[in-house]
Parts: sequence; C-alpha cells; structure tokens
Amino acid sequence: MLNRILVVGASAAGLTAAEALRREGFTEELTIVGDEPHAPYDRPPLSKQILRGTWEDDRTVLRSDALLAGLGATWILGTAATALDLPAREVTLADGRVLGYDGLVIATGAAARRLPFGHHLAGVHVLRTLDDTLRLREELKTACSVAIVGAGFLGAEVAAVVRELGLTVTMIDPLPAPMIRQFGPEPGELLRRLHEGHGVDVRCGVGVTALQGDGRVEGVELADGSQVAADVVLVAVGASPATGWLAGSGLPIGDGVECDQYCVAAPGVVAAGDVASWHHPGIGRRRLEHRMNATEQATNAARNLLGQGVPFEPVPYFWTDQYDVKLQVYGRSGAEFDFRIVAGDPAEGRFAALYGDGEQVVGALAWNLPRQARLLREHVVRSTPWNSAAHQELNSH
Amino acid sequence: MKVVLDQDKCIGSGQCVLSAPEVFDQRDDDGIAVLLAQPADAGTEEGTREAARICPALAITVAE
Ligand SMILES: Cc1cc2nc3c(=O)[nH]c(=O)nc-3n(C[C@H](O)[C@H](O)[C@H](O)COP(=O)(O)OP(=O)(O)OC[C@H]3O[C@@H](n4cnc5c(N)ncnc54)[C@H](O)[C@@H]3O)c2cc1C
Ligand code: SF4
Repeated sequence: MLNRILVVGASAAGLTAAEALRREGFTEELTIVGDEPHAPYDRPPLSKQILRGTWEDDRTVLRSDALLAGLGATWILGTAATALDLPAREVTLADGRVLGYDGLVIATGAAARRLPFGHHLAGVHVLRTLDDTLRLREELKTACSVAIVGAGFLGAEVAAVVRELGLTVTMIDPLPAPMIRQFGPEPGELLRRLHEGHGVDVRCGVGVTALQGDGRVEGVELADGSQVAADVVLVAVGASPATGWLAGSGLPIGDGVECDQYCVAAPGVVAAGDVASWHHPGIGRRRLEHRMNATEQATNAARNLLGQGVPFEPVPYFWTDQYDVKLQVYGRSGAEFDFRIVAGDPAEGRFAALYGDGEQVVGALAWNLPRQARLLREHVVRSTPWNSAAHQELNSH
Repeated sequence: MKVVLDQDKCIGSGQCVLSAPEVFDQRDDDGIAVLLAQPADAGTEEGTREAARICPALAITVAE
C-alpha cells in the first residue's frame, strides 16, 4: 500500500509526476522537494525569450498558483535532498530533516558541466537555471564581446540571442561543426553557415585550454595558440545527471539513474527526466535531455509507481530555435546514421530529412518545416525500410 | 469543455495534432498550431486533455 509518495526535483519531470499521480487516483500524502527557491518553471525559454528579454520573467512558470495548490501536495522548496537510504525508505534533506516514503520519484534533472579551470573569474557563466539566466542577461547589458565555449544546442541558441542583441560573439568547439553530435555533418555545416551569416565567429575543431584574466575574465585561450578577447564567457559544455545525492545509496548509477523499461530503479523507486536512463524496449539504454521527454517519462514513471506496468517506449522529440530557424527532430539522429534530404532545399532555408541505420528509418529532421516533421514521424514509427523511404516523394497534405 | 490555444507560446511540435487531430492542426508555413474546432465528444475531449498535458510549450489550456 502506498501511503506516502515523495518526489525529489521540482521542475518539469517532478511536477508532471505529481500531477500524473493525482490523475491516476493517488489521494494520499504527496511531498515535493526541490532545491531551487522558485515554483516550478520551464527551461527552454531561458536560452530564448527570457535571455533576449522578449518575455516577462514570470511567463516561464509551469503552473499557476491555483493549479499548484490544487495538487494538495506539501512543497519543500529551496532545500536539497542529500541522501537516500534505500532499505529504510528515507530521504535526508540539507536541513537535517528525514522524510520517509513508500514510493519515491527521482526527478533531479541535470546540472551544467564546468571546465576544469576558470570558473572563479567574474564574467564566466553557465546557464541551467532561471537565476543563471538573469545573471547572464544582466551582464550582457554592459558587455561588448562574448565567448561561448561549446557549440551544442545551448551554446548555439545563446550565440543567436547574443548576436540579436548586437554583441560580438565567438563560438568555440573542438568538434568540426555546431551540433554535429545531435544532427550529423550536413546539418552541422548548415548551422555553421547560419551562424557565420549572422556574424558569429565560429571556431570549430579547436578546444579551449584556458580562461584568461585576473579577477575578471578577459579572454579565452585556444588549443591552436590563438586568443579570443571576451568580457563575458558562457561555458556551455553539456550537463551531467544530478545523481550526487544518491552516491552510496545502492541505486544503480551510470549515465544517470539506471532504470528498467518501466522507469523503475529499485522496488518503490522510479526516475524520470534528464536524470534517468532507462531501457527503451526498441532502442536500448537511453538518457534524453529533452523537454518533451520530461513530460512523457514522468507520466509513465508515475503510472508504474502505482503498479500499472506500462513499458516506456516513446518516439523521442526535441527542437531548438536559432535566429529564425526552428529545427525539430523525431526519433534518433546524429553523425552515425545515414542522412538524406527528402523535401525542400537547404538553399531555400527549408528542408526535411530522414536518418537511417542502413536498414530502416530511425529519425526525421525538419529545418523550418515543422508540419513535415510530424508527417515524417510516421516513417520513424513504422520503421520504414531505408531504401523505399529515401526515395519517397514527400507530399504535405 | 473549452480549449484555449496560445499561439505565441506554441513551438510547432505537432504533439497536439497527434493526440487530437479533430481539434488541432498546424499552419503550413511555420507549424504553429491552429484550433479547428472545440471538442465535440468524450473521446475528443480526452485527446484534447492529453494534448494539453503533453504540449512541450504549455500552449494549451483546457477549462472543464
Ligand atoms: C537553457 C535550456 C534550454 C533548453 N531548451 C530546450 C529546447 O529548446 N528543447 C528541448 O527539447 N529541451 C530543451 N531543454 C531541455 C529541457 O529543459 C530539459 O530536458 C528539462 O528541463 C528536464 O526536466 P527535468 O525535470 O528532468 O530536470 P530539470 O529541469 O533539470 O529539473 C530538476 C530539478 O531538480 C532540482 N534538484 C537537483 N538536485 C536536487 C536535489 N538533490 N534535491 C532537490 N532538488 C534537486 C534542480 O535544481 C531542478 O530544479 C533546455 C534546457 C535548458 C537548461
Ligand atoms: S503541442 Fe503545443 S507546441 Fe506543439 S504544436 Fe501543439 S500547441 Fe504547439
């Protein structure tokens, strides 16, 4: 019998899990613990509308106060969970409190990765939270030149916003093109041209070896010996699952909390969102850092905590916005797959493409063709044979 | 039930169209969702609730 459910992590996944538990009929004691002081808010707008200043800061809240109150949960915000005792079914908080549970949802997300050097300098930022974003936005008001370390989706989105604000931007990455890991070489090359066309100095294929400055950052030193002057540096080198508080608990931790295909990590313990890796019945072990996945996985994890036994087998989806380009991906994508454009034309700034593993379609990409992305998703769902799909004439209904 | 769609928040993911094709479609040029009709029966209402739950941009609100 589940009398007390504890959710750790009060963001997209944690909130969704709590709502799903109520919807699925759990009426007993529900407690939500989060280390940020804010009520749950949404992260994708941080590197877009919030950083640019086109949205009021409070527009990123996930739910109104009334909806939050309607959940009938106890909220413990601004307080981190520091330890889990699995056999005793207890979680310890930073303020010393110990909370017992019958069911536990782990939704602690991920934290920005840092460079092994330079973060003590003023002007060096990471971007993961609302507070990070407001700090960076404030400094951009007086900055002239910004160096962005990392050309993954966060680095590339911020480069676009900072250019739109009129500042000088250098984006640096050891890989040969922006977002090549996510999209593969052809879209990576298009992204490089997109950013260069907007005036970003793109330095790909070269890493950063040091941040220079005394007290305040003044520049970045690259592996090829060159130097880039910057009065603000954003380190956007990825995120690591927030599993530190689970060390020594006995839970299986690899790249995230390792769950089975039901998002279950141990009896009475589920995990969801950026922190969770799970066994996708179709494609094997996965951990996704995508907004859509936080919602879908938290819903599934909540249902399985209540014993419903539904395997989690989504078609992954994510998007990124850079300048006036919207990129969307369904399924799997990346340099390891075949890639073929099936609609539109990169020269016209709109196209859609498929990814294949040699035999079948595994993913679809749309560059400013959002409606086609959804139609191409069908090929991913049906695992259309690569040969027939690649010759497919895409007609938009 | 009444559905309200905030096109300004919508990021064109198309998830709502997958859940409730009777209620939502996407504009051809930018993929932004449009309301085709208010849900008319229980099945469509459930699909619409699902759309509001999974919309990654929180652009759909449902008043019961
Ligand atoms: C700037 C930015 C832009 C993004 N843009 C996109 C996008 O365009 N498209 C897309 O698909 N995805 C995007 N994402 C990814 C998406 O936001 C994440 O996948 C999503 O936020 C994951 O939700 P989550 O609840 O699993 O984790 P998180 O949102 O990381 O939330 C975890 C919460 O748990 C808290 N926590 C951590 N440790 C503890 C602890 N020990 N005790 C208590 N609380 C703890 C954290 O502080 C945090 O509040 C973006 C992410 C960022 C940061
Ligand atoms: S699910 Fe939400 S973001 Fe996606 S198209 Fe529909 S309204 Fe827009």
